[in-house]
Amino acid sequence: MCTIVPISLTVGANRIVPAVAIPHPLGDPSLSREEEKKMRRKLVEKALNALQTEVDGQTVFDK
Amino acid sequence: MVTIKVVHYINQFYAGIGGEEKADHRPEVREGVVGPGMAFQKTFGEEAEIKATVICGDTYFNENLETATSEVIAMIEKYSPDVVICGPAFNAGRYGVASGAVAKAVHEKLGVPVVSGMYPENPGVDIYKKYAYIIETANSAVGMRKAVQPMAKLVIKLARGEQVGSPEDEGYISRGIRQNYFAAERGSKRAVNMLINKLKDVDYTTEYPMPVFDRVSPSAAIKDITKAKVAVLSSGGPVPKGNPDHIESSSASKYGKYSLQGIDDLNPENSETAHGGYDPVYANEDLDRVLPVDVLKEMEKAGEIGSLYEYWYATVGNGTSVANAKKFAAEIAGELKSSGVDAVILTST
Repeated sequence: MCTIVPISLTVGANRIVPAVAIPHPLGDPSLSREEEKKMRRKLVEKALNALQTEVDGQTVFDK
Repeated sequence: MVTIKVVHYINQFYAGIGGEEKADHRPEVREGVVGPGMAFQKTFGEEAEIKATVICGDTYFNENLETATSEVIAMIEKYSPDVVICGPAFNAGRYGVASGAVAKAVHEKLGVPVVSGMYPENPGVDIYKKYAYIIETANSAVGMRKAVQPMAKLVIKLARGEQVGSPEDEGYISRGIRQNYFAAERGSKRAVNMLINKLKDVDYTTEYPMPVFDRVSPSAAIKDITKAKVAVLSSGGPVPKGNPDHIESSSASKYGKYSLQGIDDLNPENSETAHGGYDPVYANEDLDRVLPVDVLKEMEKAGEIGSLYEYWYATVGNGTSVANAKKFAAEIAGELKSSGVDAVILTST
């Protein structure tokens, strides 16, 4: 889970889930804490989904 | 002119002692030239003389790295050489590692320059390229003649204290050393020229080659995540409050392993970021923004994942060398595997 997808592609990650921002990849301080946690859960679910998906090369699981 | 004194290190095969069956041959020294040394001596003419040849079996050397290195160094030291030649080892792995280890010890203990020759994929290259000028060779002894010329040339230059040119000019493998020089044109002009050449599909040489990253094939999909053990890792520097392992804020030399026992939520009381490459305010307010422990713990309790691995691993990815990152990854992956972890979420900032 990363914000700068091109870096993850360069270093060879195979399942890439784009994240929010460099200083808070899994958060967003502009949201309420409750909203923020909901959003974080969505991103983690997306990562778990990526882990359950067959890929045959580097794959970006887009928003 | 004073004749340059050279000592040559070779293995049992090139000394004509034997192949694999003689690879346990212990170090010995012979006066003068042996095997490939003849080609070097011919090239040197009167300018340099191979005073002695030190021979060691590849297996003996690699199985007794420390003893063999000190035995070989003692033999070399006796001849107080101006330059030491190791190999060339071409693509012979153990010979390359032995040559490299000798080079390192000669460089560190005797302060004498070393010239070697290897095929770029020889494992000795990566480990020891800092300590020797390793001329790039073919992958087998077929390339001996081509290797001897540039190696001999460097031997003379080093012994005479002459300036050694760039890896491209001299034919050695880049040692990762930067050297200042005055360029004819300023940087902006060079950059624009490079860009124009790139656009025109004309050859150009980068002044900052990127490291080569390896590729791994993707692992199979997890069949059922509700039965999987999931681990969470990060290069964003999430550490327990106070950064107990003192992980560096940039160019990290280590990683940490921290227990998640009794932690359901990361907060300013129990955690912080050690990363010095981004604004730490948001992470320090709520570290779940970097390492989603709150959500994963909830999912574990609700049975949405099988379990959450009881430790998290963290390092700081800020300016950290590829070599260090690789080393961390190998150790961490080994531990995760032996702990039965099925899936990993790695977050980066």
